[in-house]
Amino acid sequence: MIETRGLRKSFRSRAGRETKTVDAVRGVDLDVAKGEIFGFLGPNGAGKTTTLRMLATLIEPDGGEATIAGADLRKDPAEVRRRIGYVPQGGSTWDESTAREELVLHARMYGISKADAQRRAARALDAFQLTEYADRKCKTYSGGQRRRVEIALGIIHEPKIVFLDEPTTGLDPQSRAHMWDEIRRLRADGMTVFITTHYLDEADALCDRIAIMDNGEVVAEGTPTELKREISGDVVLVGLDLAATPQAAQTLDGEPYVNKLETIDEGGLRLYVDEGATAIPQVLRRLDHAGLELRSIELHRPSLDDVFLTKTGRSLRES
Amino acid sequence: MKFARDTWLIFQRQTQLLLRNPVWVFVGVFQPVMYLLLFAPLLKPALNAPTQAAAYKIFVPGLLVLLAIFGGLFQGFGLIAELRAGVIERSRVTPISRLALLLGRSLRDVVSLMVQAVIITLLALIFDLRVFIGDLLLAYLMLALIALMTSAVSYGVALKVKSEDALAPLMNTVAQPVLLLSGILLPLTFAPGWLQGIANWNPFSWAVDGTRALFAGDLGSDKVWQGLSITAVLAALGVYWAARQFARSVR
Repeated sequence: MIETRGLRKSFRSRAGRETKTVDAVRGVDLDVAKGEIFGFLGPNGAGKTTTLRMLATLIEPDGGEATIAGADLRKDPAEVRRRIGYVPQGGSTWDESTAREELVLHARMYGISKADAQRRAARALDAFQLTEYADRKCKTYSGGQRRRVEIALGIIHEPKIVFLDEPTTGLDPQSRAHMWDEIRRLRADGMTVFITTHYLDEADALCDRIAIMDNGEVVAEGTPTELKREISGDVVLVGLDLAATPQAAQTLDGEPYVNKLETIDEGGLRLYVDEGATAIPQVLRRLDHAGLELRSIELHRPSLDDVFLTKTGRSLRES
Repeated sequence: MKFARDTWLIFQRQTQLLLRNPVWVFVGVFQPVMYLLLFAPLLKPALNAPTQAAAYKIFVPGLLVLLAIFGGLFQGFGLIAELRAGVIERSRVTPISRLALLLGRSLRDVVSLMVQAVIITLLALIFDLRVFIGDLLLAYLMLALIALMTSAVSYGVALKVKSEDALAPLMNTVAQPVLLLSGILLPLTFAPGWLQGIANWNPFSWAVDGTRALFAGDLGSDKVWQGLSITAVLAALGVYWAARQFARSVR
């Protein structure tokens, strides 16, 4: 459904007298299949939004190519526009308009007739449970309601693909869960959904496949399960005082059950082991022998954050 | 066909939003009415006009041109608010005509200016202003062209600067000399030679002269066709330039 090769974009920014070129996206290759929820995971500034905006015809790529729903992004952006929907991150509704007006207008911008646009708006309002507020001004809506209107706008012309830029940022947990259901419903309707997110749990729970992006590049791609499986075994987090950390590292390094050992800057160790349940007692015994006092011990099943960590050397939570 | 439909769509939407907030119509009329009531009475003695009606014949056309210039130049603020709300970005991902996005908005501005102009003309009638209807319609055409140009340029600049903080001083800096050099408040017949020389390079000065000639019932005057031609060319250039800004940044 989406196929990109070597897509890139750089921006020139001026700081004082110097002009700097920032490579926001440095060659992205993606293959998104029909009917899947594809997630773009990465920290702020990784280039997710820039890539999304390129795919949605909003900014012109500097290089590379892309085919979106069968249309060539570089040669025929107008055709791409007809086949996609796009829901921007910062909102797209006007305070003084009502949801119904916005939906009708947006449908008509696609060349849909007035009568048909009104029918579609009514159907969308119903599907997104907005009928009750349909004729109130957008400024009176809650964050979750407004986001639902925006998603409804993005799909009013029944596109093959819809791009959602950080669809749940700023929503409370309940609205967030609600939004996930809406997004799954889009998939059930046969649409291909492309979302960006910096929430690990969202990528994990919602997306069929994800690409992890960092510093303008895709560093990993696959289903969440596949990606986590690449990180073999479990992670044991050992909480230690900063002073005790080097000695503990020395003690545990080279233990047969420890595949990899990392020290945590604020004190403590991160141990990659095959089986957490059998490793923990051994770790406790070794540290006790060495007379080291530990503050905490935690067992982690590998998360997407660990995937991010092994690929980039940083934690997504920290960046 | 698609272009006309798209333009109409945007025009309708913008007009609807304007009407929803009638306070703007009131504000738009309030200021010129204040000029009409509180400033114009000074003009009869100042201009040495024989009657109050004669003073109005000079002042009202200038006031209307002033309204057209300022009404248009500050429309960019609305566009910046729309940019911020994401409404423009939302329009950009649809296949709607880029020129229609501009023209639908500018035509709304022209129509709202026309409404103001009619209200002010009607009020001036109370003060014994008399204008021939054909001349008045030509004067309105001139005003429409001015408003089309200033509003298009304002939208184009707004797309370029993208911030109210930059747009406000920019527009004021442009508007002030344009205003002073066009003889809007007082005719430039009183101006010393050097000032008139500079004013001759101000197209709005020609527009004001043309509109005054029409209000004076002097349809045959050269100033009429000169003013109309200059504003028509400028309006075309303004729309062309702004349309390019839309096409470029709104690709």
